[in-house]
Amino acid sequence: MAAPTATVPSASVPSGTVPVRRTSARRRRTGLAAWGFALPFTVLFAVFMLVPVASSLYMAFTDMHGADLRTPLAVNFVGFDNFVEVLADPKFQQAAGNTLYFVGVAMPLTLAMALLLAVLLNSGLAWFRSVFRVGFYAPVVTSIVAVAVVWRFLLQPDFGLVNSLLGVIGIEGPRWLTDPVWAMPSLIMMATWRNVGYSMVILLAGLQGIPRDLYEASAIDGAGAVRQFRSITVPLLRPTLLFCAVITGIGYLQFFEEPFVMTQGGPLGATNSVAYEIFNQFGFGNYGLSAAMSYVLFIAIVILSYLQFRLLRTEK
Amino acid sequence: MAATATSRMLGTATTGTDVTRKRRFTPRSILLNVALLVGLVASVGPLLWMVVSSVKPEGEIRQFPPTLFPEQFTWTNYTELFASLNFPRYFVNSVVVALVVTVGSVLFSAMVGYALAKLDFPGRRILFALVMGTLMVPGMVTFVPLFVLVANLDLINTYAALVLPFLAAPFGVFLMRQFMLDIPDELLDAARVDGAGEFRTFFRIVLPQTKPALATLGILTFLGSWNNFLWPLVAVQSADKYTLPVALALYSTGQNTVQYGLLVAGATVIVLPILIVFLVLQRHIVQGISTTGLK
Repeated sequence: MAAPTATVPSASVPSGTVPVRRTSARRRRTGLAAWGFALPFTVLFAVFMLVPVASSLYMAFTDMHGADLRTPLAVNFVGFDNFVEVLADPKFQQAAGNTLYFVGVAMPLTLAMALLLAVLLNSGLAWFRSVFRVGFYAPVVTSIVAVAVVWRFLLQPDFGLVNSLLGVIGIEGPRWLTDPVWAMPSLIMMATWRNVGYSMVILLAGLQGIPRDLYEASAIDGAGAVRQFRSITVPLLRPTLLFCAVITGIGYLQFFEEPFVMTQGGPLGATNSVAYEIFNQFGFGNYGLSAAMSYVLFIAIVILSYLQFRLLRTEK
Repeated sequence: MAATATSRMLGTATTGTDVTRKRRFTPRSILLNVALLVGLVASVGPLLWMVVSSVKPEGEIRQFPPTLFPEQFTWTNYTELFASLNFPRYFVNSVVVALVVTVGSVLFSAMVGYALAKLDFPGRRILFALVMGTLMVPGMVTFVPLFVLVANLDLINTYAALVLPFLAAPFGVFLMRQFMLDIPDELLDAARVDGAGEFRTFFRIVLPQTKPALATLGILTFLGSWNNFLWPLVAVQSADKYTLPVALALYSTGQNTVQYGLLVAGATVIVLPILIVFLVLQRHIVQGISTTGLK
């Protein structure tokens, strides 16, 4: 992907006739202009991205607290103490377990639902394709805080819509958000509802890229629908599925907003997540500890993405 | 016939457009559309309920089954929200922050994207490698050190804290660079031969060529900023700087007696403008997302 450089305007001046001095002067001028273009981004990027990334590593190995906020360099190095403390903390362990529970259920559920919807919409049998597409995507653009208001009401145990509907068919619904067993499934349901449209749109684009002839040829060879799905759709959709799995996985591992606005991590820590715990420790002023936790989370994200690449990579 | 129908069901690309395709009312297609309709109700229902409930009095909101059209139409929730809860201020904050972030980050991304794609300069490779390297760094990893940094720059509780960290968007840079690679060099050379300087070339030739990418990136950046929650929650502390999501979240978790009418009205104020923009530009947005993967 060699980006053609603008220093040799081959169309206008035959490069052989350009004196060396002029070329280097021109080079300097374009170099200056290029840095003029790059400068605003580069300065902000260095200050607000590179510095935080570097200092989060530094902080993870220090005992920095809220009191050191204005003197971040005058703190003690504590080696791996933060990491040892984090991993031994039962609250963190519970949060890690909850996060795995959430990712382990919500991610496959989201991807399966998205694939199902994309396949149905792409079947040519759907009547109002764009209406469905817009409708399924609408929750993606909504603010989590607004969504939380709506869902807290829908899941309200006494007069909420969900339990009222269940009541119609004679089922007494649980106290969704205050029952330690049901709180996490409630959040999984909500997260799936909010995120399925994103993967669906991407998978739909992927499906449209699969040549029709493949299906026709395999139908002539006697392949049934299930066989076609397994042997054509899934293999050819692998890169797209991988993309959706990685993006969804990264987002879900940072599971924070849903418990923050719906349950405050309760009941009894049942919906506390690693990201929420990072936020809590930050709130307590334990910055070093919080930075160490975010590194554990980052490593988990890297591992999950790697596993997904192994699992879903295109076979050669 | 049956074979093609099932193969279509399981993921065949459709050839004909919606206009030319015949609408078939077979048992299979009816079943499929009913299933999709149930999904649609589950997907849009909660949002519809929110909008409708916001113009109902408190008692009617709790009624089951919910009324599709309010029996007692009322603006009370909104008047109270805007008069006593300072929502106009939060609304303006949200709009201003999102607009500044959008214009700034799209412009800066386009500028650096152009330099990375079409110009040669010392440090180009390193800069691009750093951008790519930070593409996947999750916000959760940088938010604590970012807070420490912003505190030491004395920017906590300022609008600058809400805007500056989002002006440098690695994904935007990556996207713009990819689009600008496709601009033919001959076009740029022609402009230069005609005596246009680099900046003139950029604003007159390059930017118009990348309009679709700019639009997509702009819409999605605006959405991200409008809905952003965690950073504004920690970066500003005084109520006059709150954005809408922060204000609604603090109001809804801070109250003992919940007034659903006020909450759904607040939620509607956040969601409805975005939904309208989304409906108007949906073709653009959906296309942009499926080609870029940007969320």
